Amino acid sequence: MLLLNLILILLIGGAIAWWSERLGTHLPRLIAVFVVLIDLAYLLNYLAGIPLEQLSVVPDAADPSSWLLAYQLDWIPRFGISFQLAMDGLSLVLILLTLVLGVIAIISSWNEKNDRQGFFQANILWTLAGVIGVFLAMDLFLFFLFWEVMLVPMYLLIAIWGHEGKAYASMKFFIFTQFSGLLMLLAILVLAILHHNATGIYSFSYFDLLATPIESGMAHWLMLGFFIAFVVKLPGFPFHTWLPDAHTQAPTAGSVILAGILLKTGAYGLIRFTVPLFPEAALDFAPTAMFLGVAGVIYGAVLAFSQSDFKRLVAYSSVSHMGFVLLGVFAWNSLALQGAVMQMVAHGFSTAALFMIAGALQQRLHTRDMSKMGGLWHHMPRMGAVALFFALASLGMPGVGNFVAEFLVLLGLFAVNPWMTAAAALGLITAAVYSLIMMQRAFYGKPDTDLVVTDFAWLEMTAMAIMIVALVWLGLYPQPVFDMVQPVLDSLSNVVSSTSAAVGAQ
Amino acid sequence: METGIQALLAPLVVSIVALVLMMQIAFKRHATFSWLLGCSGFILALLALKPMAEITPQTVTPLLVSDQYSVFFSALILLTGLITTLLAKDYLKNRTGENEEFYLLLLLSSLGALILVSATHVASFLLGMELLGVALYALIAYPERGKLPLEAAIKYLILSGAASAILLFGFALIYAVLGTLSFAGIGQALNSTIAEDQQLLFLMGTAMIFTGIGFKLSLVPFHMWTPDVYQGSLAPVTGFLATISKGAIFAALLRLFIDAELYQHQALMLSLSALAIASMLVGNLLALRQDNLKRILAYSSIAHIGYLLITLIVYGVLQQPGLAVEAATFYLTAYIVTSLAAFSLLSIISSNTKDTELDDISQIQGLFWRQPILALMLMVALLSLAGIPLTAGFIGKFYIFTAGIEGSLWVLLAALVIGSGISIYYYLRIIFQMTMKVPVSESASSALDPVTTPLSLVSKFVVCLLIFMMLYLGVLPQTLMQYLGGLSL
Repeated sequence: MLLLNLILILLIGGAIAWWSERLGTHLPRLIAVFVVLIDLAYLLNYLAGIPLEQLSVVPDAADPSSWLLAYQLDWIPRFGISFQLAMDGLSLVLILLTLVLGVIAIISSWNEKNDRQGFFQANILWTLAGVIGVFLAMDLFLFFLFWEVMLVPMYLLIAIWGHEGKAYASMKFFIFTQFSGLLMLLAILVLAILHHNATGIYSFSYFDLLATPIESGMAHWLMLGFFIAFVVKLPGFPFHTWLPDAHTQAPTAGSVILAGILLKTGAYGLIRFTVPLFPEAALDFAPTAMFLGVAGVIYGAVLAFSQSDFKRLVAYSSVSHMGFVLLGVFAWNSLALQGAVMQMVAHGFSTAALFMIAGALQQRLHTRDMSKMGGLWHHMPRMGAVALFFALASLGMPGVGNFVAEFLVLLGLFAVNPWMTAAAALGLITAAVYSLIMMQRAFYGKPDTDLVVTDFAWLEMTAMAIMIVALVWLGLYPQPVFDMVQPVLDSLSNVVSSTSAAVGAQ
Repeated sequence: METGIQALLAPLVVSIVALVLMMQIAFKRHATFSWLLGCSGFILALLALKPMAEITPQTVTPLLVSDQYSVFFSALILLTGLITTLLAKDYLKNRTGENEEFYLLLLLSSLGALILVSATHVASFLLGMELLGVALYALIAYPERGKLPLEAAIKYLILSGAASAILLFGFALIYAVLGTLSFAGIGQALNSTIAEDQQLLFLMGTAMIFTGIGFKLSLVPFHMWTPDVYQGSLAPVTGFLATISKGAIFAALLRLFIDAELYQHQALMLSLSALAIASMLVGNLLALRQDNLKRILAYSSIAHIGYLLITLIVYGVLQQPGLAVEAATFYLTAYIVTSLAAFSLLSIISSNTKDTELDDISQIQGLFWRQPILALMLMVALLSLAGIPLTAGFIGKFYIFTAGIEGSLWVLLAALVIGSGISIYYYLRIIFQMTMKVPVSESASSALDPVTTPLSLVSKFVVCLLIFMMLYLGVLPQTLMQYLGGLSL
């Protein structure tokens, strides 16, 4: 019930925020922040109530009752579809990230003069609800439903409140995700029918489908269906082209949610579905996937370097960082997976912060073009300092979460494929180049003495402070996150190795 | 005979009300009274379905059957007819001329559709189709002035007439080979071997039947008339044509296909696959470049009938129903409800203009802010057509996918995925237009803007009903699924 409520609070909160528009223009965002905070408090309250040991129990991947929380409701019995939600350590970490970044996204739009505030905030809350649904849904039909439905409010955010090229960007975003989603739908249905043919009952439950016997040729196609859908969302090279447009044209809050949270649904899907459902096929495919990961790391970095648009630069840096996630997942060992999860969390914070800074710059200077900036540190020392911190975080400075993440991925990957590791490590160098050039062009240099701008105010500084503390904490003491995620990764690895062993025995 | 009347109660009620309406027009013209009669005709016929459903299945003469399948489609047809009638009143109030016959023609056309869905014999099949068609010619040409309606009506008349002639010839050829005209009779006769030289004649016959039906359903390459006729007709008539006419013909085709065991013929299945693939791809591609909403919906309807054909082919591959019938009925239901919503929007926003229709994509710019409830309806309808979850269209697409996988029709499924991928572009384009800022000139003179005029009570009711139906079928489809699962042909 708690899991359902987590989603319902956001959905209903969105409707209330929309309705409150008629009472005052400032009310919707107050309500929106309040709703997300309630949701967060609700979840934390539950966490405080459970014994710590429960988090370290290795759950049985095929048995929801061994998970932290599970909820099931019959929905469409005709096809064995149920409203099945379940939470383990991995989903927990990602939901916490979603809610914290949700608060930050709402704060980031605090001073923007968006018309129709109510509907704006409603769309933000509905997107958050959809993302949480994706992280919780354990029925593949339901998962697909959340996967697609969260697109609609996100599409509206870009299409209504976006910048000059919003028509093109929102359309591209929607078509890319929708088209790849159709491939996943096809794969899900084939999987369910194979299960039906084998057992005689329809089921879309993750727990039932895990053990479906699939003939190897078919498994490759199905794996590919899932893989493409998730890699488009991640985004991985060469399916990343929607991302720079969507991020650049989205309003600040939209960019924060898109980069901070939505991309993680792709990574989550790879870890939760692609590899465990088709371990053999994924293993065969791993070299290709890792190659795409390395290509993304380097290609994203090179393109980020050559951008003059602040937001586009950050967007391409996302392509580069998410390449590490792809590498970590397909290296599929404990270290690399831990690194991938850590990268998801750390990248969420660092990129969200950079997009907030980009949004703040656009609001103050009415441009995102870095050639028209320069010397901004002089005018806005607080923003400059904050930007420097996140630029350093983005380039993987030891002491912040990003470093831990990328280091672990490379360490885990080395055991699998040293040459890929060497190539991916180049990404660390290129990251330094584009992060520093961004600082150089925007904040250093000769200040324009006529420029009158206001620095970050306390509200923005609070949001930034939360993210700085989070990143430093992840960098210095990442153990709590590892502790939460490790049992899940262990259980998923068990599934993969047992299925592989079974196939090998045949 | 008692049961015979009970089994045909709904068509009988519609016929009687049509006669009464004709008398009323002969004695005294009164638009509102005619409208009330029309509405009551549909409502009474809907009520008559209950006693009909109690005694199914019931064969009435060799021509007609009243079973759960026909009762279900009759309900759908009558509901669509009722909604069209409800909206027609507002739509016609600013249009001069004698509007009483409009309701009469709607009743007659629906009567044709009712006969069509319960036809088990070629004679009743043709009878229903012609009654439906002839009343539609008049409906399309209803406005006395204006070039477009006339052009549309003549196009539809000639092509539809030619299609009927081809269809008739096809049936004649089959009669020449098999000597029977009832659907089941054809199926039985096919099971005994046919002489080698007659085989070709039979195939020619079926090919002509599918050509004729292909015209009526506007499958590629028989689709040329569709956009022009859609654009030229009045919005409520287009809605009627897109939903009842196509839906009833497809429902009848499904019965013919199964009862006459046409699915046993490989050559036929191959050509059906080709028609389906061509319709899915061409329909969606041609819709990309259109700016007129009716034309977009016309091309999209071509693609949707293409999707539907997959269910027939699945039946052919499996040689047994599997999910095919269930999938086809659900998809058809979802499609009818969704199209009806899209065309209802057009007829509602056009009901405050005099002679023109607001059917250009630019005319719904900023609809989200001008008429939120209408925009919501159109958005749900478009998302449903695009097959986004939580709408009726998604469950329909889910069915087609599942049926296609059951039959391992990978090529057709690939065409379906590509077609749906393309279609998102033009559906989203319309949604994007609705989210844009309100055009300045119109917001300044909003008092005169036909779009922002407050809705009448009837329109509000229809809009809410359609939104509810689209979402209900998408969120809680179990009820309908269970019902359709029990249908047999």
